[in-house]
Amino acid sequence: MNTANDLLTIRNLTTSFRIKETYHAAVEDVSLSLKKNEVLAIVGESGCGKSTLATTIVGLHNEVNTKVTGEIHYNNQNLTQLNEQQFNRLRGNDIGFIFQDPLSALNPLMRIGEQIAEGLVYHTKLSKQQRAERVLELLNQVGISNPERVARQFPHQLSGGMRQRVMIAIALSCKPSILIADEPTTALDVTIQAQILDLLKALQSETETGIILITHDLGVVAEMADRVAVMYAGEVVEEAPVQELFKNAKHPYTRSLLNSIPQTHSENERLEVIQGMVPSLKNLPREGCRFSARIPWIDASAHERKPQLHEIAPGHFVRCTCWKHFHLEGEEGGGAV
Amino acid sequence: MSFMQINDLNVHYPIRGGFFNTVIDKVYAVDGVTMEFEKGKTYGLVGESGSGKSTTGKAIIGLEKITSGQIFYEGEDVTNQRRNRNSAYNKDIQMIFQDSHSSMNPRKRVLDILAEPIRNFMKLSDQEERKRIKELLAIVGMSEDVLLKYPHEFSGGQKQRLGIARAVACNPKMIIADEPVSALDLSVQAQVLNFMKDIQTEYGLTYLFISHDLGVVKHMCDHISIMYKGRFVETGTRHDIYRDPQHVYTKRLLSAIPNIEPESRLERKLIRQKVEENYQKEQHQYYDEHGKVYPLKSISDTHMVAMSGGI
Ligand SMILES: Nc1ncnc2c1ncn2[C@@H]1O[C@H](COP(=O)(O)OP(=O)(O)OP(=O)(O)O)[C@@H](O)[C@H]1O
Ligand SMILES: Nc1ncnc2c1ncn2[C@@H]1O[C@H](COP(=O)(O)OP(=O)(O)OP(=O)(O)O)[C@@H](O)[C@H]1O
Ligand code: SF4
Ligand SMILES: [Mg+2]
Ligand SMILES: [Mg+2]
Repeated sequence: MNTANDLLTIRNLTTSFRIKETYHAAVEDVSLSLKKNEVLAIVGESGCGKSTLATTIVGLHNEVNTKVTGEIHYNNQNLTQLNEQQFNRLRGNDIGFIFQDPLSALNPLMRIGEQIAEGLVYHTKLSKQQRAERVLELLNQVGISNPERVARQFPHQLSGGMRQRVMIAIALSCKPSILIADEPTTALDVTIQAQILDLLKALQSETETGIILITHDLGVVAEMADRVAVMYAGEVVEEAPVQELFKNAKHPYTRSLLNSIPQTHSENERLEVIQGMVPSLKNLPREGCRFSARIPWIDASAHERKPQLHEIAPGHFVRCTCWKHFHLEGEEGGGAV
Repeated sequence: MSFMQINDLNVHYPIRGGFFNTVIDKVYAVDGVTMEFEKGKTYGLVGESGSGKSTTGKAIIGLEKITSGQIFYEGEDVTNQRRNRNSAYNKDIQMIFQDSHSSMNPRKRVLDILAEPIRNFMKLSDQEERKRIKELLAIVGMSEDVLLKYPHEFSGGQKQRLGIARAVACNPKMIIADEPVSALDLSVQAQVLNFMKDIQTEYGLTYLFISHDLGVVKHMCDHISIMYKGRFVETGTRHDIYRDPQHVYTKRLLSAIPNIEPESRLERKLIRQKVEENYQKEQHQYYDEHGKVYPLKSISDTHMVAMSGGI
């Protein structure tokens, strides 16, 4: 992988949680990179390790029960080696973070306006008056229609989507060079979602921010991403430029993911379901291909023993060799996945 | 007689502030909402973030104080009994919470979280209780080895599924599902929606389905209400809303449904801007001088729209 103009480089990252006496990897041997001005989307089934990856990058894990190996390079530092104090300096200033669960990220006892202003105190030279104005401006930008009122309210007095937007306002307030957004628009309706996505784009063109966008919404991916990494059971199983992924996905998991999108013309039909489920951490197969249990119609001997990421087109990586045996949609034999 | 009826529901919150922490303003979170539910049907509640959807749901099951209005359940006025812990109403009406994380006690294990409603409302032996809990986990696609874990050990989507399992534990008659699948990836989403439909067919469940996802709502709902600033701007059957939307806000929502073609990004952005311009231009016809939504008017047996004057 070319690292010269990378903003962030992740190499062989593994994050494990302790369950009783043993550690189980929730993210395993992940290597990814992010460039300036780029949106890297991370998609994958619930529980596949997306949030774990994100919180590992920003160093937000409880050290007692978590083990991290591998490297995360940003600005000539290896983030996995930083102590809490060094991380605090990075968070907010260089790296903005939007949590999946806004309620746990906001201080329940502090008014919204104060929470947004707090970051501005540390990271800007604005006067008190200017900060108050900036707070209202930020709330307005994230589509909150009565910023004065909301600035005076406490987190529990806001709706789910309003909280999510407050957190986005906090993350954007300091114009970070890397933004990690974990499901930033799940609680938002489509019009506000579009507004937020436009806002992220605007930030990007102003400050060349690199964005890691975690989402299960393929509409958002299609709207925003330059590149997409698909995770399954802790591993990256496919990585490709966005158009290539939508047109030419090869891994059976990615293909079934694309097949399960509810079409707006469907009414009342049953939705396409990928049979089976992501195994829990303890029961993850640690050998062979982790997806094989869910495609029983393929003969066991056909799979690679330990599938590696293969580059099958420029920038398109797939952790599977068997795709060559499938009959893909549009080809003779019809979709097998 | 309908299964449940909500009459002119209002939930207003005071806002305190200033030096003496006095009431300086009010939030009209729910501002005159009327609904009727029949058994076995699914009702969609759609609308902008902050429009009052969750508050409506929480007021119905009794977690939010009602400022005014009435709720009738199977012909009986239950407005003031909703909070009786062991009443039939409490057992029959369950909610899947939008924020599954904070709706679970962080110090309880999954086993106890799921067992709680069962212990409250069903008289089961320990063995039967275990069996029921295993069934519930299977329904939401989780394995039994999660039983001894705590909520923080789960991913966002996994917690959401536990919330669903908890809501269906005691065979309720109606479920208020607040964004039940928005934290879930598509495949699990499909599993859960299919499951919700299955138990509906089997037990005649009624759903109030709160969601901002118009694709999912279209898939699930027989009847849909569109909410804006605490009021309904339009209600109707699925057909009315998707084929013949009347209110400018409904049209705006429908035009913003994303699709998955990265090539047409720019094109879609232009369309969005155009609809937005139109919306800004036309909206005065749809809201009164204070920006308030007009009262609903019937334009057919099933379809109502909030507009001034004639249509
Ligand atoms: N603190 C923890 N202790 C033990 N296991 C954990 C912990 N946090 C997460 N896990 C487990 O690690 C796996 C990955 O979780 P993670 O939150 O990263 O998933 P995710 O991809 O973000 O899913 P979702 O889309 O549902 O948010 C899950 O199986 C989860 O149960
Ligand atoms: N306890 C409270 N005190 C004051 N205002 C409140 C309180 N709870 C909710 N509100 C306000 O009521 C309005 C409606 O909130 P509600 O949670 O019902 O919205 P929602 O439609 O569910 O939005 P979302 O889609 O974002 O979840 C919001 O403006 C919110 O700030
Ligand atoms: S290597 Fe085999 S088991 Fe793995 S994804 Fe490919 S086809 Fe499936
Ligand atoms: Mg997550
Ligand atoms: Mg809500």
